[in-house]
Amino acid sequence: MTAYGQLSVARRMLPLLSLLICVVLWHVASSQRMNLGLVTFQNVPQPLEVVHAAWDLFQSPKLQNHLGASLGRVASGFLVAAALGVGLGLAIGRFRWVRETLMPPLEVARPIPAVAWIPLSILMFPSSEGSMIFITFVGALFPILLNTIHGVHGVDPRLIASARSLGTRRWAIFARVILPAAAPSVLTGLSIGMGTCWFCLVTAEMISGQYGIGYYTWESYTVQNYANIIVGMLLIGLLGMGSSALLHRAGQALMPWYRPGGRP
Amino acid sequence: MNAILSLSELAPEVSTGRLDIDRVSIELGSGADRFTALADVSVNIAPGEFVCLLGPSGCGKSTLLGALAGHLTPSRGQLRLDGAPIGGPDPQRGLVFQHHTLFPWLSVRDNVAYGLRMRGVGRAERHAQAMTWLKEVGLEGFEHHYPGALSGGMQQRVEIARVLINQPRVLLMDEPFGALDALTRLKMQELLLALWSKRRMTVVFVTHDIDEALFMADRILVMSARPGRVIEEIIVPAGRPRSAEWLTGSSFIEHKRHCLALLRDPALTVPLARLSPINPAAESADPAAYAD
Repeated sequence: MTAYGQLSVARRMLPLLSLLICVVLWHVASSQRMNLGLVTFQNVPQPLEVVHAAWDLFQSPKLQNHLGASLGRVASGFLVAAALGVGLGLAIGRFRWVRETLMPPLEVARPIPAVAWIPLSILMFPSSEGSMIFITFVGALFPILLNTIHGVHGVDPRLIASARSLGTRRWAIFARVILPAAAPSVLTGLSIGMGTCWFCLVTAEMISGQYGIGYYTWESYTVQNYANIIVGMLLIGLLGMGSSALLHRAGQALMPWYRPGGRP
Repeated sequence: MNAILSLSELAPEVSTGRLDIDRVSIELGSGADRFTALADVSVNIAPGEFVCLLGPSGCGKSTLLGALAGHLTPSRGQLRLDGAPIGGPDPQRGLVFQHHTLFPWLSVRDNVAYGLRMRGVGRAERHAQAMTWLKEVGLEGFEHHYPGALSGGMQQRVEIARVLINQPRVLLMDEPFGALDALTRLKMQELLLALWSKRRMTVVFVTHDIDEALFMADRILVMSARPGRVIEEIIVPAGRPRSAEWLTGSSFIEHKRHCLALLRDPALTVPLARLSPINPAAESADPAAYAD
């Protein structure tokens, strides 16, 4: 009993310990100005400098604006991508003619990196806010779309046959069977999409200069304030991790029947 | 048809559930892979009769069941229920598969009540009826469980309740107990026979298990593969309810030996790829789409 209790405490400490070790390694490498030949830490800011930079940012009234602007963009881009990605994914996964019509242009668009969309998005959207949301949308769309399609393909045809034999009408099949059956896969797509959304934030906020964590990071680069860059990077990492965890929680609450890695 | 006359006198009279399979052929697959899954099959099934389709895999028994359920359209011939052509799936023809076709996201009670929900029955009434049926199949107390938390046998009990709550005229079963262990299977066979004797509906039961067919059926249709066709009709000469005596008697052994000889015929046991007659490409009305 005690051994088990100790083990679980150790387990809980492990993630913190691992983060701590990373910071210590970073501190040692940067303060010793280590040069490993292939990679050098000579110009890398030290953790303490980053802490000071972060403290300055947290004191600044601009922090709220930065956070608000970025959260708004990510949320808008993600929500549009989720609605479109899941909707299109259901139709593409279910109907061959939709698949044959829509997949070729989507397959061409998929490998284009978000940064390459910047000029076009500036040309296409009258407001820079619109173009920034578009960039985060592009980042989130494909993981959501592809995972939804994958989920629909994985639906057991006998499940659909059973539902039809129980009196489900043709269109009700989507809401009653396909969407819930594909839900675990859709959630995976949403979770990856949330990550790529944050991933594209710096790219998106390169477009316009006033507020946003991505903008803050990019601006710090242009003025060569390296500690601030790392603050921006860490903020994006933490926000991305937090929103993914939130999504995971929501998924578990919505799908109490689903336990990844096997049936209960 | 003789079997009907030998049914227990306690059995309720039934007038609906007559199935006519009229010179039905079904071709599956497309292009070079196209083949005849069912060739010119004609069978009449009386209201309330218990018929087993017995045969090796690939003999078209599941295809015939899929067509009776309305998921496959015959290439030729016609299927009728009580004189009306079968056009598509309908709760009047309940369908039970081997396993894992309960909705995993619905509780046991909501799974059973699903058909009522589709018909627009109110929540209180739905739940009350579902509870009655759960009691009937011996699953009282499990109504709030998800299917994933139940054993295979319990899941099949839920399946049966989910279909019977719609009061179907015909019960179509595709090897429903094939994935269960021997003891659970026996219990499920007895449960099904008990339910059937109480509210007599027509049952078409697909199996490759000779003992199961001889224990359950009024009449066995033995099928052969490629093209699938009925090669023999066996009327089971045992009364109801079926007793253990029948299962160990000489007549049973004789029939079993005969069935074995039929199924062992080398012409019938060609190794074949297993095909599911019900395919994801359900968007298409073309029956060929069900076969790739």
